Amino acid sequence: MNFETIIGLEVHSELKTNTKIFCNCSTNFGAPPNTNVCPICLGHPGVLPVMNEQAVDFAMRAAMALNCEIAEDTKFDRKNYFYPDNPKAYQISQYDKPIGENGWIDIEVNGKTKRIGITRLHLEEDAGKLTHVDGENHSLVDFNRQGTPLVEIVSEPDIRTPEEAYAYLEKLKAILQYTEVSDCKMEEGSLRCDANLSLRPYGQEEFGTKTELKNLNSFANVQKGLQYEEVRQEKELLAGNVIGQETRRYDEAGKKTILMRVKEGSDDYRYFPEPDLVRLAINKEWMDRVRADIPELPDARRERYVKEYDLPEYDAMVLTQSKKMSDFFEVAIGQGADPKQTSNWLMGEVSAYLNANYKEIDEVALTPEGLGKLISLIEKGTISSKIAKKVFKDLIEKGGDPEQIVKDKGLVQISDEGELRSIVSGILDENEQSIEDYKNGKDRALGFLVGQVMKATKGKANPPMVNKLIVEEMDKR
Amino acid sequence: MSRITKEEVKHVANLARLEMDEAEVEKFTTQLDDIISMAEQLNELDTENVEPTTHVLDLKNVLREDKVQPWLSREEALKNAPDQANGQVKVPSIFE
Repeated sequence: MNFETIIGLEVHSELKTNTKIFCNCSTNFGAPPNTNVCPICLGHPGVLPVMNEQAVDFAMRAAMALNCEIAEDTKFDRKNYFYPDNPKAYQISQYDKPIGENGWIDIEVNGKTKRIGITRLHLEEDAGKLTHVDGENHSLVDFNRQGTPLVEIVSEPDIRTPEEAYAYLEKLKAILQYTEVSDCKMEEGSLRCDANLSLRPYGQEEFGTKTELKNLNSFANVQKGLQYEEVRQEKELLAGNVIGQETRRYDEAGKKTILMRVKEGSDDYRYFPEPDLVRLAINKEWMDRVRADIPELPDARRERYVKEYDLPEYDAMVLTQSKKMSDFFEVAIGQGADPKQTSNWLMGEVSAYLNANYKEIDEVALTPEGLGKLISLIEKGTISSKIAKKVFKDLIEKGGDPEQIVKDKGLVQISDEGELRSIVSGILDENEQSIEDYKNGKDRALGFLVGQVMKATKGKANPPMVNKLIVEEMDKR
Repeated sequence: MSRITKEEVKHVANLARLEMDEAEVEKFTTQLDDIISMAEQLNELDTENVEPTTHVLDLKNVLREDKVQPWLSREEALKNAPDQANGQVKVPSIFE
C-alpha cells in the first residue's frame, strides 16, 4: 500500500517589541533571571493587562505579509492550564477571532512553486523559562520571557514532504525577518516550531491519526524528524498496527523520534473571553497605516535582482533568502562593485567562511563597504584575485579598509610591462632547462616558469601578463 | 435531570489541580448542578437577534505605548516565592 504524507506546521515567533505584550517590562534577551518582571507579568492578583499597540501592529504586519485577511473585530481569550512557567495559570491568547486568517505563501521545491495555505495567525503571550536541574528534584523558573508577545502561525495541512516543510519554514522566516517583526533566532527561542505528520492511503479522503513533534531546535531537525516519523508510521501501518495520538520529540544524537506522552482525547483548555482586555476594532485607516510599513518582501526583491542586476535566478534566490545577506549585497554593490562578482563572493568565500565558523553575516568584521571596495580593486586590476583572497581573510577576521591593507602590505599588482619583463628575463636566465623543455613541446614547463615569477613577486605579478611575457621572451632566445 | 455528572466534577477538579474526596465530589456536583440550573433561566430569553456578548464594557482599542519602564527589583519580585535558587523560583521537578 502506498501512503500520502500530510504535514502541518505550527510556528511561534517572538515579536521585536521593546516591551512585553501587557506591561512595560523590557523584552531584552539575556538579562539576569527575573529582572524584567512586574506584578502584571508575574500574575499578581488585581493587576490589569494593557495591550501594547506595537505588538498589534507587528502581528497585523506579519499577517498581511502572509496574505491573510485581517479581522476587523478581534478579541482575546484565556487558555487555562497549570504549569510552573505560567504564573497566572492561564495564557492570554486568541481562540475564535484571530487577527489574521486564510493566508498563504509560495514555496519552491525542486524548481516547482507550490502554494501553502495559512489557516491563521494569532497574537498571544509567551511563558517563562523553566530549567531542569540535572540530578536534582526541582526546576528553576525565570519569568523574564513571561509576557513577551508571540504570533502563532498555523499552516493548512498542505505540506506533503519533509523537504516542503523545510522550504515553508525558510520562507516563513524570511518573510518575518524582512517585515522586521521578529529576529527569528531559533537558538534564542524567538522562533519555535512544532510539526505534525500523518499518513493516509492514496485516494482516502479523511486524514490518518497524526503524531506531534516537539523540541525541534533547527529547521534541519524538523526535516530529519519528519523524515524519521514518515518511515516509522509507514512501517507501523504496514505491520497492521495503529498509530497512536502521541507527542514525540526528535533525538538529535540518536537521529530518531522518541515518545514523550500519549494524548488522551483533546486538550481541555476551557477557553473563555478574556474579561480584562477590551475588543480590538481594526478599521481601514489602521490597516492602511500598517500596510504602508511593509517593506519589499523576498519574492519581490528576488525578481528585482534578476531584472535590475541581471543576476541568474539561482543567485537571486540564494541572496534573498536572508534579509541580512540581501541588505549586505545591496550596500556592497552601492560601492560600485559588479553585482555578479559581489554575488559570487557572497555565495562563495563569504558563505564558506560563515558556515565554517557558525557565524552570521553581521557577526564578522567584514562590512559591505569593505567587500564592495575589494571587488572594485580586482575589477580595476589593482590586485589579482589571488591577492584578493588574502586581503579578504584580513577583512573578514579583522575588518579595515581594503585599499589601506593593500597599500600597507604592498600588495598592489605589478602590471608594469617593463618591470615584469625584467623579472621574467631574470627567471629565464636561471632556468635554461625549462626553456629547452618548453621548446621540445613540454607545456608543463611554462606553468613552472609562471609559478617562479609569481613566487619572485610574492604573488603580485599580473598572471595573464606574465604568461604573455614569458612566451615572448622565450621566442626571442 | 442531572445537568452535571460526578465524573465531570472530578475532571474539572483535576484540571484545576484540586483534591477532593467522594463526599466533596457529591456536594459540589449538587451545588454546581444548582448553579447551572439558575443560569439556565437565561435560556428563556429570546436572543435570536442579539450579538453574542464577549465583554460587558462598551470600550474598544485600549492601547499602550511600547515604552520600557522598569518596575520591580529581583529581590522584590521574588519576595512571595517560598523557595528560590540563583535568582530563580524553585519548583518541584516537572518532566514531560
